[in-house]
Amino acid sequence: MNLLKFISFSDIKKNRKWALIAAYFFLAIFVIFFLFPPFYMIMTSFKTNEEISSLKGIPFIFNQRPTLYHYKNLLTNTLFPIYFKNTVIVTIITVAVSMIISILAAYSLSRLRFWGSWLLATGVFLTYLVPETLLFIPLFKMVGNFGLLNSKWSLVLVFPTLAVPFCTWIMIGYFSSIPKELDEAALMDGANWYQMLYRVFIPVAMPGIIAATIFAFTVSWAGFLYPLAFIYSNEELVLTVGTVTTLIRGDVMHWGGLMAGAILAAAPPVIIYAFLMDYYISGLMAGAVKD
Amino acid sequence: MSVPASRDQAHRFEVAEKVYALYVNIRMVLRRKSTLAFMLCLPLLALIFGLIIYPFFYSIFLSMLNKRETDFVGFANFFFLFKRDTFWMVVRQSFLFTLTAVFFKALIGFILAHLIDVLPNKRQRLWRGLFLIPWVMPPALSTLGWWWLFEPSYSALNWLLQKLFAISIPWLSDTFWARFCVILVNIWFGSPFFMIMYLAGLKSVSPELYEAASIDGANAWQKLFYITIPMMRNIIAITILFSTIVTFANFDIVRVLTQGGPRYTTHLFGTYSFLLGIQSGDVPLGAAVSLFMFPILAVLAFFILRNVRQRVREV
Repeated sequence: MNLLKFISFSDIKKNRKWALIAAYFFLAIFVIFFLFPPFYMIMTSFKTNEEISSLKGIPFIFNQRPTLYHYKNLLTNTLFPIYFKNTVIVTIITVAVSMIISILAAYSLSRLRFWGSWLLATGVFLTYLVPETLLFIPLFKMVGNFGLLNSKWSLVLVFPTLAVPFCTWIMIGYFSSIPKELDEAALMDGANWYQMLYRVFIPVAMPGIIAATIFAFTVSWAGFLYPLAFIYSNEELVLTVGTVTTLIRGDVMHWGGLMAGAILAAAPPVIIYAFLMDYYISGLMAGAVKD
Repeated sequence: MSVPASRDQAHRFEVAEKVYALYVNIRMVLRRKSTLAFMLCLPLLALIFGLIIYPFFYSIFLSMLNKRETDFVGFANFFFLFKRDTFWMVVRQSFLFTLTAVFFKALIGFILAHLIDVLPNKRQRLWRGLFLIPWVMPPALSTLGWWWLFEPSYSALNWLLQKLFAISIPWLSDTFWARFCVILVNIWFGSPFFMIMYLAGLKSVSPELYEAASIDGANAWQKLFYITIPMMRNIIAITILFSTIVTFANFDIVRVLTQGGPRYTTHLFGTYSFLLGIQSGDVPLGAAVSLFMFPILAVLAFFILRNVRQRVREV
């Protein structure tokens, strides 16, 4: 009997081990598919133009000495630094505006009910499902009427429409999970709504605020359709559109510079995510479902 | 230890007074509450009405003007589109793109989540992090990387095919392959989202269910079909619905990779609407094309809302 138990136990262990090996094997295959493009972008950005335009050698490795030429060229001879500055300005303002709007609204919708607040909470969720491709044409006309066409300030106006619904939605979730006893304690100490928000809700819901901020940041940083539709002059362009449209018009073998631009432009979201992955994921989850 | 009656009474009175003061305080807050609540929502309301609801109706209005936006032409733009073969091709391609991409994203995401779930907890973070990288890169920029990969003569993909099978594929200039490419890039970009959602779903299935099934002699497939999938039905449904909306309304990937070519065959509603409305300057026709997305989005949104309503009620 004991022997039988032992055999079946070692069997399970063996199975586990094989399952683990199989899992690593297939994960390795998937990792090649998922990480090859960024890897190849980085490699190309460090290659000389001769190497990129030569048909000899294995393309996945350096056949000549790697070079920083493309990065230096990008930062000194192109408008890339201006695009970067524009994106930073637009992103900072968009994040600030979006967070203020959504924290105030979420505080109100999660605690202080008023007529129609349930409807508004549903409406916030529905607007979160509105994609930018549905509204970019009327917004293009409206931005024109405001005299903001071809200006980065048009993006500060429209980007919050993409960030605010989601941020409000997940902040409602985080605020609602704060126990009511905390409000009562704060009320007993004579706190008004502002102090309650500032001293109780914001500190307690900090993980949610970080998650929402990351989302607003990502939306604004990666925004492509709106700047492509609204902005055409070089001095006002942002990173995504600037990299995709103007860097292509370089010399014939533009791939090195193009990849360097794409890598530099994509780096900030990836770096932020590397440090704050858990907030990022919890925000993602809270946005869709909550168990 | 007995307290003199008078002191006890005084104490009780003090407590009662405090409770009453608190009650008054709460009532005052309550009375001002609904006005205050509304004021706090005003910026949000302004944003939703001014920059989402108003533009939507403005879009309907725009779609009923002529090209120079001088005359009202009713539904003429829509009828014009109905007669164009290109438009129907865009419709077919949008559906093909969405259905294929969402199917494979869901499948690959599910497989990845299961593979990662097998690993010891400490390792899971690292692998999850690696697989999320495609999803955090701005899609317009990562698509540039794919664009370079698909370059026919100097890039890695055709080099590899050339060495292995002595063939090279005209990735972006042939209709079939161009459609394949835009779908592939979308799968690459979107699978990590499914993986993350499924992984969270897997964690929420109680291990006792699996133990009970093991005792009953269930094999791995039976556990998958009779425990995992039914328990995760809700999360699977909502992830697929979300992803369908985002995929259907995709713009960045097609725009950067093929610009709709060759010969309009990879256009989606979003990119075709951009081509007509912004590039060719026919704003009403562009608005009409993008409005065609609305009924489909509305149906999807209805189902999502039904899934999430439980949560809204709790709020």
